[in-house]
Amino acid sequence: MINEILAIFTHSFMLRALIIGTLISLSSSLIGSTLVLKRNSTIGDGLSHVAFGAFAVATVLNLSPLEFSLPIVIIVSIFLLKLNESSKIHGDSAIALIATSALALGTFVISIKSGVNTDINSYLFGSILSIGNKELIATIILTVFVIILFICSYNKIFALTFDERYAKSIGIKTGFYNTIIAIICSIVVVLGMRLVGSLLISSLIVFPTLSAMQVSNKFKSVVIYSVIISTLAFIFGLVLSYFLNTPTGSTVVLVNLGLFLVLKTASLIKKD
Amino acid sequence: MSLIKLANVSLGYNKPILKGVNMEIEPGDFICIVGPNGSGKSTLIKSILGLIKPLKGKIIFENIAPNFIGYMPQETKVDANFPASVSEIVLSGALNKKGFLSFYDKSDVLSMEKSLSLLGITSLKDKCFNQLSGGQRQKVLLARSLVSTNKMLILDEPSNNLDSKSKKELYEILKDLNENHGITVLMVTHDLDHGNLLGNKILSLREDDIFFGPTTEFIRRIHNDK
Repeated sequence: MINEILAIFTHSFMLRALIIGTLISLSSSLIGSTLVLKRNSTIGDGLSHVAFGAFAVATVLNLSPLEFSLPIVIIVSIFLLKLNESSKIHGDSAIALIATSALALGTFVISIKSGVNTDINSYLFGSILSIGNKELIATIILTVFVIILFICSYNKIFALTFDERYAKSIGIKTGFYNTIIAIICSIVVVLGMRLVGSLLISSLIVFPTLSAMQVSNKFKSVVIYSVIISTLAFIFGLVLSYFLNTPTGSTVVLVNLGLFLVLKTASLIKKD
Repeated sequence: MSLIKLANVSLGYNKPILKGVNMEIEPGDFICIVGPNGSGKSTLIKSILGLIKPLKGKIIFENIAPNFIGYMPQETKVDANFPASVSEIVLSGALNKKGFLSFYDKSDVLSMEKSLSLLGITSLKDKCFNQLSGGQRQKVLLARSLVSTNKMLILDEPSNNLDSKSKKELYEILKDLNENHGITVLMVTHDLDHGNLLGNKILSLREDDIFFGPTTEFIRRIHNDK
């Protein structure tokens, strides 16, 4: 059994998917903890649609999708953050507006160029064959950066997530950290959507934290559990998708869903 | 020697809510800020904390840095499911002493334990914040602000959602902190008509009539008006 599982990673595309996916799951669960608890997780969802639009435009214009979409998604993420902070506008509706417009634009330009083809499918639902060494290197750099940030500034990220106004009043540069988190979120979305698809990537941000919250009510343990849950769910989902011959993205998301339901039920039983 | 000086300061977001504020906060003061809703009480304390920039004039900090003031917000809009233990929250008060590396050291832990025991909530240390009662939550947030400061507290209607017993207890604690621990207190409150007036000074914001002075003089004024 174990030998069979190990054997699938002799394929270089599977090994690459394993490394990228595990690292993306790690980063997405870390920033997920602060995004979910600050009720900012819709930003991740909005960004994934924008990333799809940008990828589609890049394909039509024959530009490199990664380099083209990254700056666009980063700019939109900072814009969405400001939108969410301002109480005058309905942040949720604005995000939905931007997200669906980007999705519409993406599908529109692709079908003008060549009719709906398999590219759309791979952007929406991901494809482990579409990722190359460029994505691998970018993912490693991102993950190292995210880990350093979380280790060094973990306590500040907690303070900022729990009570932003207090954090600001004692001199924490909340604007700076919020921007950094928005940028990380964009990079996670852009890199992760090649793997699990733009429609599914935001679940990697949301599920691990929600699952971890069923297990613990200390912030530190929630962060640690969410990292463990996220990476294990990805590895399990990837292996499962190989044997069942199913799409990796949806398999991983369903594993996350199953895990969430089990932990939620367990926590409800424990309460009674 | 004063802690904070406001000289002819105008405060507000885009247009001024408060104009020509003059006040001097001295060490050991216990100042209550009173006034109707919308009179600028919260604007004033947010400006002193540096959350809003003054439109005109300057707020001068003489013997205290703004991020070393302990702040207790009106209410903390915490998600009902937010996973955070009391010790995590109270320790976060020490972050005003940290740079990019935000690790806590032994002295931070000691300061957390000291402020928990001062407020009599040491037993809550490992409890989850969202399982506490309103009065307990207020004490936890007060403990956090005591970790941030040993000089000055700013409180924004701290008794708002408390029953009268917890309210009385909170005021006793504040009085003790002010009288026996040398902490200057600046507090927005609605509770002036509760009989027992707190503090030595009052800032009353009532449309164009701004009064700042000793509590005794303020009471004399009210009686003369009647």
